[in-house]
Amino acid sequence: MNFICNFPCFSIVLCIFGGIISSALKGRAAKYLNAFILAVVAVMSACVLGYTLQTGESFTYVMGRFPAPWGNEIRAGVLEGGMALFFSLIMILSLFAGREKLNEEVDPEKMNLYFIMINLLLSSLLALVYTNDLFTAYVFVEINTISACGLIMIRQTGRTIEAATRYMIMSLLGSGMLLMGICMLYDMTGHLLMENIHANVQILAESGQYHIPLMVTIGMICVGLAIKSALFPFHTWLPDAYGYSTVSSAAILSSLVSKGYIFLLLKIIYRVVGFDVIYGSRVTDILFVFGLAGMIMGSLSAIKENDIRRMIAFSSVAQIGYIYMGFGLGTQVAVVASVFHILSHAATKSLLFISASGLVDASGGSKKFIDLTGSGYRNKIAGVAFSVGALSMVGLPLFSGFISKLLFAQAAVRNSGKMLPTLIVLAISTILNAIYFMKTVIRIYTPVESEYPVIPVKRHKVFGLAMVCFIALNVFLGLCSDLVIRLIETGLSMFA
Amino acid sequence: MSEKKTHKQKFSEWFYGENDPFVAAMPVQEQKEHQVDEKTLQEYEKERAERHEKVFDIAHNGKIRAFRRSYRVLGVMMCLLMISILLLAVSYLPRTGNPANPDNNEVSRVYIENGLQDTGAVNVVAGMILSYRAFDTFGETNVLFIATCCVMILLMLDEKALHTSGLSNDRFYEPKNDWILQKIAKILVPIIFVFGIYVMLNGHISPGGGFSGGAILGAGMILYVNAFGFKKTQKFFNETVYKVIKVGALCIYGVLITYFFFMGANGLNNHIPLGIPGHILSAGLILPIDVLVGLEVACTMYAFYALFRRGGL
Amino acid sequence: MGANLLSNYGEAVAMILFGIGFSNLLFQRNLIKKIIGMNIMDTAIYLFLAEKGYIAGRIAPIIIDGDQSVERYINPIPSGLVLTGIVVSVSVTALMLSLTIRLYQRYHTVDLDKISTMLQKEGR
Repeated sequence: MNFICNFPCFSIVLCIFGGIISSALKGRAAKYLNAFILAVVAVMSACVLGYTLQTGESFTYVMGRFPAPWGNEIRAGVLEGGMALFFSLIMILSLFAGREKLNEEVDPEKMNLYFIMINLLLSSLLALVYTNDLFTAYVFVEINTISACGLIMIRQTGRTIEAATRYMIMSLLGSGMLLMGICMLYDMTGHLLMENIHANVQILAESGQYHIPLMVTIGMICVGLAIKSALFPFHTWLPDAYGYSTVSSAAILSSLVSKGYIFLLLKIIYRVVGFDVIYGSRVTDILFVFGLAGMIMGSLSAIKENDIRRMIAFSSVAQIGYIYMGFGLGTQVAVVASVFHILSHAATKSLLFISASGLVDASGGSKKFIDLTGSGYRNKIAGVAFSVGALSMVGLPLFSGFISKLLFAQAAVRNSGKMLPTLIVLAISTILNAIYFMKTVIRIYTPVESEYPVIPVKRHKVFGLAMVCFIALNVFLGLCSDLVIRLIETGLSMFA
Repeated sequence: MSEKKTHKQKFSEWFYGENDPFVAAMPVQEQKEHQVDEKTLQEYEKERAERHEKVFDIAHNGKIRAFRRSYRVLGVMMCLLMISILLLAVSYLPRTGNPANPDNNEVSRVYIENGLQDTGAVNVVAGMILSYRAFDTFGETNVLFIATCCVMILLMLDEKALHTSGLSNDRFYEPKNDWILQKIAKILVPIIFVFGIYVMLNGHISPGGGFSGGAILGAGMILYVNAFGFKKTQKFFNETVYKVIKVGALCIYGVLITYFFFMGANGLNNHIPLGIPGHILSAGLILPIDVLVGLEVACTMYAFYALFRRGGL
Repeated sequence: MGANLLSNYGEAVAMILFGIGFSNLLFQRNLIKKIIGMNIMDTAIYLFLAEKGYIAGRIAPIIIDGDQSVERYINPIPSGLVLTGIVVSVSVTALMLSLTIRLYQRYHTVDLDKISTMLQKEGR
């Protein structure tokens, strides 16, 4: 077995070690340790991606001496390696860009606790990406929840603590349903490893035994994960949590935390229950309807907002609706579109949050639109970055948002039943996105006399560099989308 | 105003933007600032205050009361709907206690029949969670760790605030050095500690293990702190000791578990002696991991108590 | 309704408790009652798992007298899952309670709706 096959296990354990050691270090040492660990994890994930592309198949790694179904296993393929690499890149860029705000907003005594949260969040995301066992997935979903809560409340204002409370309540509802679903699935199949459950579920689906409990179980697992990733009616905690936490937290939360749960749902659809059984159970129709509703209601709420960060947070609700709409459409092409949208949304949303913080800094710390007028001239790099993010969200060609909308429309056309609602809602939501994003872009580029100081790029070099990297990532996803789509398709073919 | 121009001139004027299509082509009014008189402004303010009071006057707002009643009814109905769906699912599940259930399959058979030889533990459950499914237990230990860190973010006060906070909350009025509590604690605390250590060390031979043993140890420490106060406890358990034990235990646990995974996945023999089943020094890695997990859980329980009560260790 | 409702009475009770706990967590306004609802919901899942492991007439899976035959012991897997679940539940309860303490120290109420109202009055 190649040494590279150890890398998934090493990356998970390395992040956990980083978290443990950071609890004994001071703030600055914890920051450097965290940067080092992120770099190493990115390199290891790139190696795993290269290795699986070369061999053309995914490999399983036995955790301990005992193979499945008696022991625990992790599995890595093209899609998993690519996702791990992408997550670690976004985390590196978000942390670099938000470094100065972090020093201002977080108590220096508690800075090392923040980096513990980041390390454990990365470890739980990697474990969710690589795992091949349902119960391990549940344990790491809990680590994900608690560390995301820690990221929100590190800032310790009244609003963030109330937002963290609401977030925990909603997340615990989702966790409870997920655990009950896993236990009932174990009861009917007798296994916890994903491939073994799949074999048994196929037998059960064909024989028709335990039909009703199987449907209820699939429903509970899907609804539980949908609650945790803030699908439409369960999104009330999102604007507060993203809008008032510190900037790196908002970027990491919006790009990465929900995506871990969505990736787990993808695994359950492909590897545990099987494509046919899930689409035969009509649970995905519910996800489809809620996805469509989320796309429209999220954008409508964003139009009404007066605070730039809450507006971007509501836009997240709409984008998660897109991803669930893709899952609900029920074809392979639609799932490819959803996975591409995961990547595109992660890159764009963190870009938007960080550039919005740059614009807010150039307006004396006020987040209201009236004070943000003309801030594009005061902080040039943030203005350009925000415009790039906004244009990508609206769907201008050259940026990644256009490719994902194109893929969704292509997938919808091939599905005869759901084509019409999907295309209509896609069109309406593009117009709504254009309304609030273009309004903001025009406003930040309106020249106005103001007393706020101009922030030169030279003073915040790291911020500028991170912005340029984000823009480059977005343009790369927009221009070289063929390469990325082919990687996703290869990954999905070896995913099941 | 313009003489006859050639097409080329008109085109170049349009191209370079020198031609303003609105000049002398459209009547334009003078722009003046929008004036609102004082009386209208006052009316706006009064209306806004009234609206504010009406919306936020929760006690007398009739609509809010009706909403609350219907919210309760709707909540109960949703609860009943959910329970009925789940009961429907349960009624079709396999019968409890039936040996031919789907979950009594080859997995549990191998655990019971080969568990003693593979792991060296007499307690099959301890062998299962600490060697067959060791990754889950590692994750679970980290859940405890990260929950402690989150509680520290919220409740930990620094040195200065710790001294001044005692007066501000009602800890000042708590009875200290209660005679009955101290006498009973002098007898009970050693017994509890010994029992906790016994449960921790015997995880692989009898029911017990790191988690239960650690919880018992933590309970003993909480009793001690309640009876004798924080000053006496800080002589042997303060923040430095806590950090050393916690970081040390978790690091050693991580190193052992990584060694176990690495050797196992690469097919190498991990040279850990399994010993004679039934003896204390047996079952390979299970005994050290139980001790480490127990120490960590004891520290966590005590830390939760101390942070909730005082804001610091 | 299927045939096994009365013989699965333990699981039926677990489902009723799960529903009660879930609704409490979702609909109650008082934060302490929400946390109690969450604990009821988690305990119901452990009851369900404990019922699942049981086989009639067999004893707990601690090997006695070297007898390793399968017919003597119950299924050990659900017990391991319950161990993990209990630890997770304790951690999350501690976290929620500390959030409640911080909110109470600042707003002097544990009613989540009143806290939202106070935040709205502070001006969003």
